[in-house]
Amino acid sequence: MRSKKRKHKKTEHRSINFALVRRAMRGTGKYFAIAMVALVFAVLSGYLIPIVTGFTMDYVLLPYAEEGYSVSIELPDTIMEWIESLGGREFLSSHLYIMAILLVLVSAINAYSTYLRRRNIAFAGESMAKNLRDDLYVHLSNVPFDYHKHVSTGDLVQRCTSDVDTVRRFIQNQILEMVRTVIMVISAVIILVSINPMLTLYSVMLMPFLALSSFIYFKHVRRQFAQADEAEGKLSATIQENLAGVRVVRAFGQQKAEMDNFTEKNSDYKNKNQRLLTMLAYYWGVSDCFGYLQIGISLCAGIYYVLIGELSVGEMLVFSSYTGMLTWPVRQLGRILADMGRATVSLGRIDEIMSVPVEAEPGRALTPEIHGDVEFRNVSFGYEDGRDVIKNISFTAKHGQTIAILGSTGSGKSSLVQLMQRLYTCREGEILIDGVNVNDIERHHLRRNIGIVMQEPFLYSRTIMDNIRIVAPDANEEDVFEAARVASIHNVVTGFENGYDTIVGERGVTLSGGQKQRVAIARMLMQKAPIIILDDSMSAVDTETDAAIRDALHSRRKSSTTFIISHRITTLCKADKILVLEDGELVQQGTHEELIAQEGLYKRIADIQNMLEDELANDEGGEA
Amino acid sequence: MEELSTSALKEQEFSQKVDLRIWKKLFRYALRYKGLVIRTIIALLFVAAIDIIYPQLSRYAIDNIIGKDDMGALPWFGLFYALIVAVQGAGVVLFIKGSGKLEMRMAFDIRQDAFRKLQQLSFSYYDKTAVGYIMARMVSDVSRLSELIAWSVVDILWASCYVIGVIGIMLSMNWKLALIVIAVLPPLALICMYFQKRILKHYRDVRKQNSRITGAFNEGIMGAVTTKTLVREDKNSEEFRSETGRMRKAATRAAVLSAMFTPIVMCLGSIGTGLALYAGGMSVTHAWETAFGIMTVGTLSSFISYSTNLFEPIQQLAGIFAEMQSAQASAERVITLIDTPCDIVDSDEVVEKYGDCFEPKRENWEPINGDVTFEHVDFAYKGGESVLHDFNLDVKAGETIALVGETGAGKSTIVNLVCRFYEPTAGRILIDGVDYRERSQLWLQDRLGYVLQQPHLFSCSIKENIRYGRRDATDEEVYAAARLVHAEEFILAQENGYDTEVGEGGARLSTGQKQLISFARVILADPRIFVLDEATSSIDTETEQLIQNAITKVLEHRTSFIVAHRLSTIRSADRILVIRDGKITESGTHRELLKLGGYYYDLYTTQFKEERAADILG
Repeated sequence: MRSKKRKHKKTEHRSINFALVRRAMRGTGKYFAIAMVALVFAVLSGYLIPIVTGFTMDYVLLPYAEEGYSVSIELPDTIMEWIESLGGREFLSSHLYIMAILLVLVSAINAYSTYLRRRNIAFAGESMAKNLRDDLYVHLSNVPFDYHKHVSTGDLVQRCTSDVDTVRRFIQNQILEMVRTVIMVISAVIILVSINPMLTLYSVMLMPFLALSSFIYFKHVRRQFAQADEAEGKLSATIQENLAGVRVVRAFGQQKAEMDNFTEKNSDYKNKNQRLLTMLAYYWGVSDCFGYLQIGISLCAGIYYVLIGELSVGEMLVFSSYTGMLTWPVRQLGRILADMGRATVSLGRIDEIMSVPVEAEPGRALTPEIHGDVEFRNVSFGYEDGRDVIKNISFTAKHGQTIAILGSTGSGKSSLVQLMQRLYTCREGEILIDGVNVNDIERHHLRRNIGIVMQEPFLYSRTIMDNIRIVAPDANEEDVFEAARVASIHNVVTGFENGYDTIVGERGVTLSGGQKQRVAIARMLMQKAPIIILDDSMSAVDTETDAAIRDALHSRRKSSTTFIISHRITTLCKADKILVLEDGELVQQGTHEELIAQEGLYKRIADIQNMLEDELANDEGGEA
Repeated sequence: MEELSTSALKEQEFSQKVDLRIWKKLFRYALRYKGLVIRTIIALLFVAAIDIIYPQLSRYAIDNIIGKDDMGALPWFGLFYALIVAVQGAGVVLFIKGSGKLEMRMAFDIRQDAFRKLQQLSFSYYDKTAVGYIMARMVSDVSRLSELIAWSVVDILWASCYVIGVIGIMLSMNWKLALIVIAVLPPLALICMYFQKRILKHYRDVRKQNSRITGAFNEGIMGAVTTKTLVREDKNSEEFRSETGRMRKAATRAAVLSAMFTPIVMCLGSIGTGLALYAGGMSVTHAWETAFGIMTVGTLSSFISYSTNLFEPIQQLAGIFAEMQSAQASAERVITLIDTPCDIVDSDEVVEKYGDCFEPKRENWEPINGDVTFEHVDFAYKGGESVLHDFNLDVKAGETIALVGETGAGKSTIVNLVCRFYEPTAGRILIDGVDYRERSQLWLQDRLGYVLQQPHLFSCSIKENIRYGRRDATDEEVYAAARLVHAEEFILAQENGYDTEVGEGGARLSTGQKQLISFARVILADPRIFVLDEATSSIDTETEQLIQNAITKVLEHRTSFIVAHRLSTIRSADRILVIRDGKITESGTHRELLKLGGYYYDLYTTQFKEERAADILG
């Protein structure tokens, strides 16, 4: 959970990538357009509601008004003429329900357009979020293997989820608000200036200050928010650590010290948040004051102008009501601007992912039928740091052969087999499959024809059945059982309460390392690939099961060329050819008999059996 | 990963009905601060009162300043207005500050109680409760509840005051007309409740779907390489698209519902206002004089403006009740955590004599010699199968016992029973001849050394981690302990030596280094009984040697139990026990067991080959 709070690597500042925005906005134009139109209607009908009630009082009911009642609504002459032609005051006052219906009608228009605006902006925001998520997912599935080895999953997931959400929220909540505020301010200012320019000045004098102060406040308060977040992070980390280390805590009898430590973090959290809330309290209090003060100034100035005879009472009331309508949105504007800064940063972080180049086809992208002859010709390869991990390696493997690879940690075993699948591209030399350079084979076709099982295989969090037949979803169950039998996992799976319907991974049962490896072997077998690679993929399987799996595979050997990385002599000795790697170089190759006769890594591994016998004899001897 | 499981757990709901007993317990936390609550309410009343006065001010000015053409009164009016604004500002500040304080204090208190409880709960609780689950209780549930309670106490009062005040004024203006407006309120409140409930439900769906998407991203990124090798990119993307499609659908459904909500309330409200306008207008024109009495236009005008302001607080009130309903599950979970009974409790007499884990009475503690005896011990995990049955074992002080056998055979259980992390379901465990239940848990555990498979370090400096063994140890003692287990060399090679931060869970160190530090920690604690659950993962040869030496140091003069995997450790034990299905099947020294040619012989030969191969291949 705390991954959310984790500090990011510092993101370089990026300006908004409009191409990215445009792509994310595909298909949302209609929604934005409808939302805009609805917004205009909502604003207009919103203005109309008080006019309808005001008109009823100040025109229709005016003859009945008490002594000293002052009129606040005056409509333009053209509209008045039209109303007079309809029958005017007499007609409306005797049919007063018309005004009531009109009020409900205008409110309904206002309500409906408000609804339309929100609905469409929600569609726009959600569609845009969907586009962004889809694009990110597709992009991340297509960036090179190497990229995934160097990034942190937590950071990427955070960018794909919360950063997308920040952008979505800004679009959904703030963009139209911004437009609306701007429309309202401009139109109101125009109306006000047309009535009395001098008074307009009084009516807006505090507003720039209001917007600016709230902008500064929200920018500033972010630091406080960060501190409070950090305190929360520390608090959760303390709880998390205590829970994760609960055995250590108890074993050392440190409950009291833990309690004290927690109390300290808990108080710190409380204090930081209280400080934040206090800042918030002052902000709301002060900005409320300014807002109301602005209304008051406008009111007093209006009264003054009325008293010196430059303004009618109606105009004055229009002034103060517009001032009221303007004040609160303007206060919001500062906050919107601060939010926009945040959304821009998030968009930049998404952009960083999207601008990583995807895997490319360096060659002709052929899709030949593959039988399984493999040849390495002077292949060299190194990662970006410039050091070669594979140095000038050449060997051949014929269809149906089993090739075993032995080497110490970091000797380049895994890189060697990954080059075959073109998870990396070799720097020098060439890898030929059935005589065709792998660079010329379309990568999906290539990978479909090479089955690989890694040492720590990844299973998807779905049922075991679905995992095994993930490459062939239409395969029938008998095929799946057969593959599982070869991988010696069938009996294990049928022993589970839900059998093949057991869900594995985060949301289901946790399999042991050996079980995962065996499921992955079954999955690979479903691929029915002419070339298979077992990259130390039975390391967590006990020796007996290992032998059983190898026997089962061996009986199928005619169907595929097999590469096995292992350090178990029992595995190595049965191979048609054994490759011994040291520090990226192919130092020995040959059969068990050939290699056992040479000094070298292979012989040292093979000698362990003898060492064991000596050891046992020693112990016996010691006893005697 | 953690995030996913946490959010998935968060969705797990207990019930939907508001259970008042639970809320009473929670509200009690708020009532610890009666003074604060009262002060905040007073501030709020001021704010509410002034909010009601504002519309009257301009009316007053028009009638009394413009009406009487009294320029001299204008500055006084301005001054009065400014004064009111200032009072209101102060009221807002006090109100928000007060509610904030209340929120934070409540959260603080609830967390203190919950954490204290967590320090006392036994391991059987931790076995069946995921860390993520507890974290969600401690962090988000507590925050949500304290926020809800602190602000809703005040909000309920605020909204009620406002509604009552406005209704009162309206009634006093014209009670019949007021009744027309009020008639709209009950259906309005019902609709609000209905909508809020539906909206919350929909948002819960959205959150669920959102955690599915987070999970899908997680899987997509962690499994990216596998996806490549299986050529699943397109299919996975397709599946992901349908997840995001569901997300869009769920989110827009929720959004449409909430987009509808306010407009409908507004519409209904306007019907009330429309009715008032009509009826009021009719009475102004004397048409309905008999029914509604005579009304002035001015009165009607302010009446109408009051009635338009009535609907927002109603909406707010409905929102709070719906919120409480949806927070019911959080409330239950938090209260359940605080009220969870402990499985292992020291009896009152024991606490009386030995103290509890927060206030131990060390002066009454007997020293521990280190004899450990299992007498006819039965053990079963809660609701699980029996692990041990009639288990007997006698260990002399200073003896080293290695436990070997397959996963699930009961090795860890035996060790945990020794530590009293669990208690036997039948039979007794004696330490120095006394049933350990006659002493306090801390009496034993304070003198216990424990090193785990994956040694747990806290995210502080190396020095502080070692000192965790004994808080009052001097720096010199810490260094000495590190030196003794040969950890000093690598520690000094770190950037800041002993002050190097180890990162979360010790992430910045290798497993071997973490083990060395946890050995140093044990040396410092100088326990009488030592338990080691050995790592299965391979460690480089050099560190392995260091660890072997360290273990030898730690084992000296202590009763030790080792759940062993490495041959060198096993061979150094005084007695090796092969555990199968909760029983001792082979027992003796290394040589004795080899001769037997049974399970131990097989284990030894296989392990020998693996270890040597690993040594050669590094």
